[in-house]
Amino acid sequence: MFSNDFIDNAFLAGTFIAIAAGLAGYFVVLRNQVFVADAQSHVAFTGALAAVAAGGDAALGLFGATIAGSLVMGALGGRARGRDVAIGVTFAWILGLGALFLTLYTTSRSASNGAAGVTILFGSIFGITTARAFIAAGVGAAVSLATLALARPLVFSSVDPDVAAARGLPVRTLGLAFMVIVGVTVGEAVQAIGALLIFGLLVTPPLTAQLLTARPYAALALSAALSVASMWAGLTLSYVLPRIPPSFLVVAVAFAAYLVVVVAGAIRGRYAQKVSGNARSERIAAT
Amino acid sequence: MQPQPSLDLWADVEQLLAFHFMQNAFAGGTVVAVLSGVVGYFTVTRGQTFAAHALSQVGFPGAAGAALVGASPLLGLLAFCAVAALGIAALAGRPTQNQRFATAAIGSVLAFALALGFLFASLYPGFVETVFSVLFGTLIGITDTQVLVLLIVAAAVLAVMTAIGRPLFFASVDPDVASARGVRVRLLAVVFLLVLGLAVAASASITGTLLVFALLVAPAAAAQQITPRPGLGIVLSVVLALAVTWLGLSIAYFSVYPVGFYVTSLGFAVYLIARAVRYGRGFALRRTAVPA
Repeated sequence: MFSNDFIDNAFLAGTFIAIAAGLAGYFVVLRNQVFVADAQSHVAFTGALAAVAAGGDAALGLFGATIAGSLVMGALGGRARGRDVAIGVTFAWILGLGALFLTLYTTSRSASNGAAGVTILFGSIFGITTARAFIAAGVGAAVSLATLALARPLVFSSVDPDVAAARGLPVRTLGLAFMVIVGVTVGEAVQAIGALLIFGLLVTPPLTAQLLTARPYAALALSAALSVASMWAGLTLSYVLPRIPPSFLVVAVAFAAYLVVVVAGAIRGRYAQKVSGNARSERIAAT
Repeated sequence: MQPQPSLDLWADVEQLLAFHFMQNAFAGGTVVAVLSGVVGYFTVTRGQTFAAHALSQVGFPGAAGAALVGASPLLGLLAFCAVAALGIAALAGRPTQNQRFATAAIGSVLAFALALGFLFASLYPGFVETVFSVLFGTLIGITDTQVLVLLIVAAAVLAVMTAIGRPLFFASVDPDVASARGVRVRLLAVVFLLVLGLAVAASASITGTLLVFALLVAPAAAAQQITPRPGLGIVLSVVLALAVTWLGLSIAYFSVYPVGFYVTSLGFAVYLIARAVRYGRGFALRRTAVPA
């Protein structure tokens, strides 16, 4: 399998993208900011297509748009709530704009390039070039290091923002820095599994990890490990089953792991209830 | 050959309706706009726009899967959205201990649903075109049968809404008082989610699954900015949805760009104008309220 260049590139980029997504995603779930990732994926889609429509580089548009998006959302601060109607209508318009750029792009060039939109929406990790794979790995490593460097204050300010602020932590600056981290991570994840599926790496593995353990650093490490495992398993399965797209398999593996943990938790919960129920009735019988 | 608009409005309308597919698009669009305007008004009042967002994403594998097995994508959309609505209703009844886990769980399910849609679409021969028409809407996809199906769905949903409209509005504005007065709040919530699922599916057949907010949320939210009165608000919401749909379809016919772009842009513009109107009115009121 690893004798193929495209597999090597996919694993190189995929591994670092997955680590970054697992680490940043842990805080996305911890801070209840899933909608930020959702919003950023819309922005990423339109940014990347605007860049290719203008004849530029998709990755530049991708990261430019997500970083701009993080600064806007950071500036809005607490006023940007996920279920807000204004935000929903605005992001629907941004997606519509993406559809416009896509048509601009496909009509200005030969019609064979309609696949560009599909690539950005659903990813194409097997199509990544060696140079791009190294860039994606480098950016992924940098974002992961930044997240780890901020991990301690981020955990503190996420769990209890008021106490953290009272202790002199710059909560607002941390929030803004975290927005930029999420923006860059979304840009990374879009290259692997696409704008529409980023929750599969950025939300599902962190959620599974937090269901398994309540200890912050253990959950952080577990989240990155689950994300990398989903990526590796998805890529390997896609190599074995060439008709099935890799982004589907990566998301499916992550989702299956989540389901296993939920079902196992439910069974264990019922069993524990039964055991304690039996113990209580025995105690009642003994008295 | 790209059709060109003239300054003669009547000739333009004639040109718009010259082709059968455009007649179907306008007929289907009109039915969907009325339906979305009414259901959207209650969606915004009840604060359930996130449910509309979630339902629309679940619609994508429905439409793509139906295309894959050779069925009508509209039927796939309707079936998946209705089942998903019942699923949301079942989950919403249970108390959640942890809000952020619930949000993340919904996000995970949505990612998997979209991935499944992508899988179905990629197994289908007309891959790229299918994906884009399902996600961003299309002018030419609406057949005579689909117009009929849309009409039946809309008639059924509007009949239900007429029957439950008053208690539903009461239950949406003040659930506690409504349930104390004997209104069956839980049952109404389930019925409304089902209605919403059908409306999302119908709306997605025009705007595409990613852009349903353009018809389902933007006109209703704009109407609520302009008037607090429910009856007038519903009428206004329908009128705005019709305007967005008709204008969007007409502009899209005379241009090479996708209908989804025009419909979302018009919806967004209508919403912004409504907010500006409200802001301006508030400003005028403040000015007159403090004369000296």
